[in-house]
Amino acid sequence: MARPTDPALRGPTPLPPERAAALSGLYAAATGRARRRTLAGFAALAALALLAAFAAEVRPLVFLENIGKFTAYLEQIWPPVGLEHPLADLRAWYWGLPGWLGLLGETILMAYLGTLLGAVAGFAFSFVAAANLVRSPALRFLAKRFLEVCRTIPDVVFALLFVIAFGLGPMVGVLAIAIHTTGALGKLFAEVVENIDMRPVDGLSASGASWVETVRFAVLPQVLANFASYALLRFEINVRGAAVLGFVGAGGIGQEFLAAIRSFYYGDVGAILVMIILTVIGIDLATEQVRHRLAGPEHDR
Amino acid sequence: MRAARPEALGAAARADLARLRARYPAQFRTDWAGRLRRLATLALLAGLAGFGIWQFDVSPARILHGLGRLGSFAVLMLPPSPEGHLWIFLHALAETLGIAFLGTLTAAVLAFPVAFLAARNVVPNPFAHFAVRRGLDVMRSVDVLIWALIWINVVGLGPFAGALAIACSDLGAFGKLFSEAIETCDRRPGEGVVASGGSALHRIRFGLIPGVLPVLASQVLYFFESNTRSATIIGIVGAGGIGQYLTELIRVLELKQVAFLVLMILVTVAAIDWISTRLRRAIIGPAAR
Repeated sequence: MARPTDPALRGPTPLPPERAAALSGLYAAATGRARRRTLAGFAALAALALLAAFAAEVRPLVFLENIGKFTAYLEQIWPPVGLEHPLADLRAWYWGLPGWLGLLGETILMAYLGTLLGAVAGFAFSFVAAANLVRSPALRFLAKRFLEVCRTIPDVVFALLFVIAFGLGPMVGVLAIAIHTTGALGKLFAEVVENIDMRPVDGLSASGASWVETVRFAVLPQVLANFASYALLRFEINVRGAAVLGFVGAGGIGQEFLAAIRSFYYGDVGAILVMIILTVIGIDLATEQVRHRLAGPEHDR
Repeated sequence: MRAARPEALGAAARADLARLRARYPAQFRTDWAGRLRRLATLALLAGLAGFGIWQFDVSPARILHGLGRLGSFAVLMLPPSPEGHLWIFLHALAETLGIAFLGTLTAAVLAFPVAFLAARNVVPNPFAHFAVRRGLDVMRSVDVLIWALIWINVVGLGPFAGALAIACSDLGAFGKLFSEAIETCDRRPGEGVVASGGSALHRIRFGLIPGVLPVLASQVLYFFESNTRSATIIGIVGAGGIGQYLTELIRVLELKQVAFLVLMILVTVAAIDWISTRLRRAIIGPAAR
C-alpha cells in the first residue's frame, strides 16, 4: 500500500460543507431512530417492572428499614472462630460434624442416584424424541410432551406428592430428582442427537444394520461425550437441589438445616451452610475438570 | 448396476465374515485396554448405585406399594378443577410471574457491571477477578429456597422475599455467564476503538457492549423462563406465589385443585417459553439457528 508522502494528505481531509451537513443530518437521523427504539424498549421494560413490583408486593421502605437485619443475620451466622483458640472454636462450631457429614453424604448419594436414573431414562427417551431418527411424528410428539411435563414440574412438587405416597426418606428424593432429570436431560440429549453427522447413520443403514445397531454404532460414538458432559452438569445442579429437598421431608441435610433456621440456632445454620457451599463448589470444580477432559478430543479435531 | 437391498448386503457380509476378518485385521482387532477401562467405569457407576439403593432401603415392595397409592392419587386428580378458588389461584400466578420477572431483572441489572469486573479482558488484575468470581460462586451455590429463608428474616413473609431470593441466586449465575460471554467476545472492535483514540471506557461502550448485549439478553430470557419454574416452589417456605397453595393443597390431598394448579403452571411456562423463543430469535437474528 502506497503511503501519502505529501504532509497535506496525512491529516483528515475536510469534506465540502454542504456534503458534511448532509452526512451529519443522515447520521443524526439514523442514531435518532435507534435511540428512540432503545428508549421505547426501556419504557416498556420499566412499565413491566412496575407491574411486576406491584404483583410481588415490593415495599422499598421496608427493605431500606430492614436491610440492617440482613447484615445482622450474616453476622450472626458468621463463623464464631476467634484468633485465640481457633481450633477449639472450630471444634465447638462443628459439634455435630459426624452426623452432618452423614447427612451430606446422603444428599450427594441422592443426587447421584437421581441423576443416574434420570440420565438412563432421558437417554432412552432422547432417541425416541429425536427428529432425525424417528419417522413417526405422533411418537415424537408424545415423547417431547412427556419430557416437557417432567421438566416443568419442579422436583420439590414431585417430592411433596411422593412423600405422601412412599413415606418419608431419601428414596422419595431420589425418585423426584430422577423424574425432573429425565425431562431436563431428555431434551438436551435429543438436541444433541438431532445435531449429529448423518453420514455414519446412512452408511450403516445402507449396509443392512437394524435400528438398534445403527444407534449403537453410528449415533452413540458421536454423542456419548456430550451426554456425559450434560449429565455431569446436571449432577452439580441436582446436588444443590437435593440439599433443599429435605425441607419437605425427602431426606438429606435439608431437614436438619430447616430445623436450625426455624429454631434460630445461628451457629448451626452457618456451619451447615458453609458445608453445603463448599460441597457444591467442590463438585462444580471437579465436574468442570472432567468435562474439559471429555471435550478435549473434540476440540483437537 | 442395480443397488442390492441393504438386508442382503448385511447378510452377505455376515456369511463372508471369516475372509473379511483376514483381510482387515486392524478393523477387527479387540481393544482390550479400552474395553477394560469402560468396564471399570461402568462397574464403578453401578457399584455406587447399588450402594445407594441398599443404603436408601429401596425395595420392590415399597415401590409397588407407593405406586399403588400414586395410582389412586391420579384417580383423585380427575377432573382438574379450581373448585371456586380460580381468582385466588390467578392472583397467586400473577404474584409468581411478578417474582420471576422482578428477580431476573434485578439480577441482570446488578450482574451487568459485576461481570465486567470478573472478565479477564476488562480487568487484567488477577486478584480482582478471582475475588469477584469466588464471591459469585458462593452466591450461586446457595439454593433459591435457602436465599428465600434468609430474606424472609429481613422483609417478612411474602412475595418480596421471593423476588429478592431469585435476584440473589441469579446474580451469581448471571455474573458467571455474562463474564464468560464478555471474555469470548471478539477483540477486534475494541482494538479499533483504542487505535482511533478511544479511552478504556470507550472501548467497553463501543467495542464490547454492542457485541455482547444480544448474547446477554438471550441468556436473561432463558433464565426468566427457568425462574418462572423456581418461583412456583418458592412459596413452600412462605415466600409468596403459587407454591404456598400447592403445598397446602397437596398436604390436605385436595388433588383436583392440585392438578388444576399444575396445569396452570404448565400452560404459563409453555407460553413464556414460546414468547422468549420468539424474542430471542428477534434479538439474535435468524442467522443463529
